[in-house]
Amino acid sequence: MKRYLTIFKNGLVRENPLLMLMIGLCSSLAVTTAAANGVGMGLSMTFVLLMSEIVISSFRKLIPDSIRIPVFIIVIAAFTTVIDYLLKAYFPDLSRAMGVFIPLIVVNCIIMGRVEGFASKRPIPEVIADALGMGLGYTWVLLGISMIRELLGNGTIFNIRIMPESYQPIIFFILSPGGFLVFALFISFNLFLKSRLKNGEEECK
Amino acid sequence: MNLFKIFISALLIDNVILMRFLALCPFIGMSSDENKSVGMGLAVTFVTVLATSVTWPIYHFILKPLGLEFLQILVFILIIASLVQLVEFYLKKMVPALYTSMGIYLALITTNCAILAVTFDNISKGYSFLEALVYAVGAALGFLLSLLLMAGIRNRIKTSPIPAFLKGTPILFVSASLLAMAFMGFSGLVK
Repeated sequence: MKRYLTIFKNGLVRENPLLMLMIGLCSSLAVTTAAANGVGMGLSMTFVLLMSEIVISSFRKLIPDSIRIPVFIIVIAAFTTVIDYLLKAYFPDLSRAMGVFIPLIVVNCIIMGRVEGFASKRPIPEVIADALGMGLGYTWVLLGISMIRELLGNGTIFNIRIMPESYQPIIFFILSPGGFLVFALFISFNLFLKSRLKNGEEECK
Repeated sequence: MNLFKIFISALLIDNVILMRFLALCPFIGMSSDENKSVGMGLAVTFVTVLATSVTWPIYHFILKPLGLEFLQILVFILIIASLVQLVEFYLKKMVPALYTSMGIYLALITTNCAILAVTFDNISKGYSFLEALVYAVGAALGFLLSLLLMAGIRNRIKTSPIPAFLKGTPILFVSASLLAMAFMGFSGLVK
């Protein structure tokens, strides 16, 4: 049980796909204009990651090595189509807000990286822990970025007004330059935490 | 006139990187010097136009008449992946010099989300074949333009005093933010 917990926590912080590995950036900046969109994208991504990892892990001994990449792409594309149509049917507003970025989950490097580097070698239970850890690690960063952007750019979080009525929204944060800036500060904060952690470990020794 | 409008808005107003956050991985990874960024930009332009000229007819003449629109994601990504492979084989055999200078960029293009996004846009915006091609060229050149600008900025960053907490990747995103702000000035260009 402990092993699964370690794998799960790995994705949340230490190998967080966005902050540490810096992959899968595109979707994380484009859809984070409102907190609801951030969570929607994060959970869609987690779903595709989880299902693809399970399928590929269970077929890992059958997939010939030489054609594994096309097989992975087909599996990922199939689940991306599923989530695309599910969102269109049940959450049309969310689907419209995220637009082309839902189909683009298929080229998200996080999924390909986890499938190739983890799921194609490990048994199913470990793979589930990994997918949930990575997926939620992605989701919490998205939620963080989108909450900051929605709060500053619109004065609300999840459409609930937080700032006083007299607050003048800084539209900059909803537009693309704000996205880049908030993300820069996120990485910077994270690098700071990382260096503090490292110093702490050295002192312990 | 209409074609020109499509071209300009794809190139500047809806710049794939700075305004739509597509293809950020190569934007950060491949913009470390000007030559690299031009090589990557040209390779992307070539593949985008090629991908558009294949996916558009396939969608309109095969998928749509047969009612198979739901296969769009699957078909498009496979087409792009195999196109990149084909181009790679062809260049390796016929123009080895070009291949060695472009080789690494070509392999990276399959995971470039700008190309896939352009092919989806062409369908969702209901462009005709010619409009789709112009849009593809515009978007891909927009990619090249921002990559090149970023490479220039990075050259300057190397010798500038940067605040310690922004050193490394954060400063790249801060510069991208400023660059995006500059590009927002184009937004009134086409009505």
